[in-house]
Amino acid sequence: MSVKAEQEVQQTEKKVTGADILIQALTAAGVDTVFGYPGGAVLPIYDALYRNDAPFKHVLSRHEQGSVHAAEGYARVTGKPGVVLATSGPGATNLITGITDAMMDSLPLVVFTGQVASNVIGTDAFQESDVMGITTPVTKYNYQVRDLEQLPKIVNEAFHIASTGRPGPVVVDIPKDISSSVSAQKAEVSSSNCYLPGYQPNKKPNPLQIVKLADAVSRAKKPLILAGAGVIFAEAAEELKTFAEAHKLPVVNTLLGLGGFPGTHELSLGMGGMHGNYAANTGIYDCDLLINFGARFDDRLTGNLKHFAPNAKVAHVDIDPAEIGKNVETEIPVVADAKKALAALNDTDITANDHDEWLDELRENQTAYPYWYDRSDRYISPQWLTEQVYTASDGKAIVTTDVGQHQMWAAQYYPFDQPNKWVTSGGLGTMGFGFPAAVGAQLGKPDELVVAVVGDGGFQMTAQELSVIKERQLPVKVVIVNNQSLGMVRQWQESFYEERYSESIFPENPDFVKLAECYGIRGMKAENEAEVKDVLAEAFAYDGPVVIDCHVEQKECVYPMIAPGKGLHEMIGVSR
Amino acid sequence: MKRIITADVQNQSGVLNRITGMLHKRQFNIDSITVGKSERPGISKMTFVVEISDDQKLEQLTKQLNKQIDVLKVKDITDKAIVARELALIKVGGNAQQQAEIQGVINPFRASVIDVSKDSLTIQVTGKTDKIEALIALLRPYGIKELARTGMTAFLRGNQPQEVTEINSHLV
Repeated sequence: MSVKAEQEVQQTEKKVTGADILIQALTAAGVDTVFGYPGGAVLPIYDALYRNDAPFKHVLSRHEQGSVHAAEGYARVTGKPGVVLATSGPGATNLITGITDAMMDSLPLVVFTGQVASNVIGTDAFQESDVMGITTPVTKYNYQVRDLEQLPKIVNEAFHIASTGRPGPVVVDIPKDISSSVSAQKAEVSSSNCYLPGYQPNKKPNPLQIVKLADAVSRAKKPLILAGAGVIFAEAAEELKTFAEAHKLPVVNTLLGLGGFPGTHELSLGMGGMHGNYAANTGIYDCDLLINFGARFDDRLTGNLKHFAPNAKVAHVDIDPAEIGKNVETEIPVVADAKKALAALNDTDITANDHDEWLDELRENQTAYPYWYDRSDRYISPQWLTEQVYTASDGKAIVTTDVGQHQMWAAQYYPFDQPNKWVTSGGLGTMGFGFPAAVGAQLGKPDELVVAVVGDGGFQMTAQELSVIKERQLPVKVVIVNNQSLGMVRQWQESFYEERYSESIFPENPDFVKLAECYGIRGMKAENEAEVKDVLAEAFAYDGPVVIDCHVEQKECVYPMIAPGKGLHEMIGVSR
Repeated sequence: MKRIITADVQNQSGVLNRITGMLHKRQFNIDSITVGKSERPGISKMTFVVEISDDQKLEQLTKQLNKQIDVLKVKDITDKAIVARELALIKVGGNAQQQAEIQGVINPFRASVIDVSKDSLTIQVTGKTDKIEALIALLRPYGIKELARTGMTAFLRGNQPQEVTEINSHLV
């Protein structure tokens, strides 16, 4: 090689584009999986992925919504930020549902979107969309990279913001000229601590507030813990168990908090809220001290606020001060990470009142008014089906769901004893979430059994991701709770709209077995109880993806229920 | 109730959009917002005048503002000793005789005429909102052709009066 050629080689080697820097920054951030879909404005980034031997894998979805939900599922089970990459314009707008979902459920995401070149931003260029404008209300923070040298710092901050404090999605919008331009100097890429003066989440509880809370526990006659997803994010399940057991405090979980306290524990009252169980809701209604760890008093939990915990002193531990006092007046606010607050409480001497009577009362309610359903030899009851999923998976699976009836049944009949096993769209209530979330969960936890319990409606919204589980041979088990309708919509039309079933019943559904097969995936069907048992056993033992189409009774409703506008003491359908 | 709230914010692109978007989304009623550079480079000061129904909403507002990553400090200064000013430009019609009359009207307000034409004059006035509104009311009969107001900007006075705690005040 001539000297000149050698120099040229050296020069090209030194040429580092913005996209290369992005890949270095992702590597420095410890990313192992990127969920993405290419397009015009991210061509330089995909080229860099091709050229560089990046130490992370790129998972090609079949729709950007699939990417972002998969990233959510990944984040939910691993606790690490899910990373998404999509192109400008339609690529970015297809992400909005998932970003909003992550915002509502506090999931850490770092989302990179391509943008048209800086010089044409604002000219309605091809595939331009105002990503900053669109994502501002649905992100914890967002950036548009204006200067290549800023890119490593921005990526570093994005991961920091997404994964600390109350987690949430952060969008980084990268114009094409930035990702394709050549850096003058090798940018310093490091994942060192960043300093954001306006963002200093307070993790440690105020000791005075802990004393107050401890005092309240020692005085309470009817204490109750409400445990939300904050317990799971803070990895505080162990501390919560210690605290509850030490003082014999009954625990109600929110929908998203399931698994933060063992569902089969004798102090667990299960889920509270609209479709929560009777003992949990009457417990909240009757208690004299309600200690909320990391739940946001969502309206689906509280019901009518006028009747919410009317006799209780409310203590609220939350890392986000804006959640305290937002919906429910709080006597003892504790701004802190749940783990730190619980550790402080566990270090405090508390002599709790003898409240055996209270526990007995709650247990009586549990025994007298458990979840109930009817079985028939003519059909598969969806509740029974969910119980079978529990049994067949030994209660140890990672379960993902969409929103609706099947979601509530899974929450009711699949008690989780471990955190980070339950992946559901709570706040936003997104159809089509469950299946792609299972893809991400399986990638995050390759050795665990991942079951996507989905409805026939929701599954059809993101079924294209079957390609992904096929090509990667991800052993996700998809259980379609197929009632040929939008069950929850149908239920509300039955209950509140005089059975006017407007557009909630599907006249046609595809043959889901054939659908799976045409993707090269195993498809199975169950039309009666005996088939369910066989099919689940076979599918869960099979080392590969399976789609199981379970035909269930259409007219089944989720009970018990708190009708909209009613209080927690006004449950209907508590027993037959 | 009307509250005056100030916020020190980092001067990032999109910060105004993020804050006004949050206020809109959470249904806060904004009377005015002013933004401008502060004494520190890269940091702007915002002054909000908001109409708020109760203390719980007020607490939510300050918390939601504080939660924004670019917001450094939020203060509700309504009940403090503050200096608060707003500027208004008022174009009033009128013939020569009326114009002379207007001069007399605006004098006690320490307003000044900053532009004169054959059939109009433009008045500049600064002060608290009620003073500006009083002047506008007085000028209205002359025919206001154009009106532009900046909204209030405010901060704490150098000296804050010592809080006087009356005996048994907690019982009141």
